[in-house]
Amino acid sequence: MQRMEQTGRMNASEERLRKLLIRGLAGDEPAYHAFLQELSAHLRAFLRKRLMRLPDEVEDLVQESLLAIHNQRHTYDAGQPLTAWIHAIAKYKLIDLLRRRAKRDLLTDPLDDEIDFLSSSDNDAAEARRDLGKLLERLPDRQRLPIVHMKLEGLSVAEAARVTGMSESAVKVGVHRGLKALAAMIRGNA
Amino acid sequence: MRTDDLVDMLATGAGAVAPNAAARRYAAAIGWGALGAALLMGILLGVRRDLGVAVLLPMFWVKLAFVACLAAASLLAVLRLSRPGLRLAWVPGALAAPVLAMWVLAAFALMRTQPAQRAWLFFGDTWTSCPFLVALLSAPVFAAVLWATRGLAPTRLRLAGAAAGLLSGAVGALVYSLHCPELEAPFLGFWYLLGMLIPTAAGALLGPRLLRW
Repeated sequence: MQRMEQTGRMNASEERLRKLLIRGLAGDEPAYHAFLQELSAHLRAFLRKRLMRLPDEVEDLVQESLLAIHNQRHTYDAGQPLTAWIHAIAKYKLIDLLRRRAKRDLLTDPLDDEIDFLSSSDNDAAEARRDLGKLLERLPDRQRLPIVHMKLEGLSVAEAARVTGMSESAVKVGVHRGLKALAAMIRGNA
Repeated sequence: MRTDDLVDMLATGAGAVAPNAAARRYAAAIGWGALGAALLMGILLGVRRDLGVAVLLPMFWVKLAFVACLAAASLLAVLRLSRPGLRLAWVPGALAAPVLAMWVLAAFALMRTQPAQRAWLFFGDTWTSCPFLVALLSAPVFAAVLWATRGLAPTRLRLAGAAAGLLSGAVGALVYSLHCPELEAPFLGFWYLLGMLIPTAAGALLGPRLLRW
């Protein structure tokens, strides 16, 4: 009974999220915003359950997954169950993180973990440790400025082009490449 | 940056996304890659002189169908492997079918032939160069298809790399078959396949490094 209720709830939220994403992919920004907002809560629950022993990593990975889903949103096929698509991306990012950590742990002194042990238990998991804003500042101007003007200040492509003196297509390319570069920086750093 | 701020940032000015991104990327990659392979063959090898006669032989079309079926099946594989959450389902069967069919033809051909001539059916005249030329001609498609896959989101990198390699091998073999004089099933079922497996192996090796996102 409880299981059936759970499945029913899942199907309802799958349907709602799917509609939001499809509208978002067609250019409906409020729908896309609502999709990402609701998705981040699902991602957080999914990742928290799987990163019990690494609570500090949860919010970073939520953000990394959101960025990945945004950058890779053109790979969603409208005929495909949304859950399968999101689950595959979150799992891919989770495995990537664990691999990176395993590699790093081989290189560092395992004593660090024991020293960290007591201090890390009460960290607020809703706070990301990695500041994407700081990473953003390290992007080259041709990527950083379009992102700052378009994505943070909310200017249109034409306005951002005028402010930066870049062409409209260069602004669009800058945003696209900049967000990809941001994802690559996260991969390289963590 | 808080997660809510990130959500705001990503949604702002996100705009519309063109549908069928994967199909369009692969169409462009295969088109440019095949053009590159054709140019490469034109410069290095040329088309077989008796092509006008060869097109009258059924085995010529069987050969083309063999590589075309492999190209189509590996395209399906790569289309699925480059998008998260899609299963391969029946695609491995579609990949195996043309190979098995060619092996059945090869077995019949060998059985019908005198034992003394069987070696020729298998080795033909060009076995020493065939696999390498197929692999060489697949190089432009290989680069283009890996570029296309990189722009999507494969989650099983080794497998996606291998499928991309096989696709490029099959397109390379398709172009090469306009030059190659061999038409015997035992030859095609081994040396052509070997040629296509060279870029497949390269893709499996490079996939985890090149396709990460």
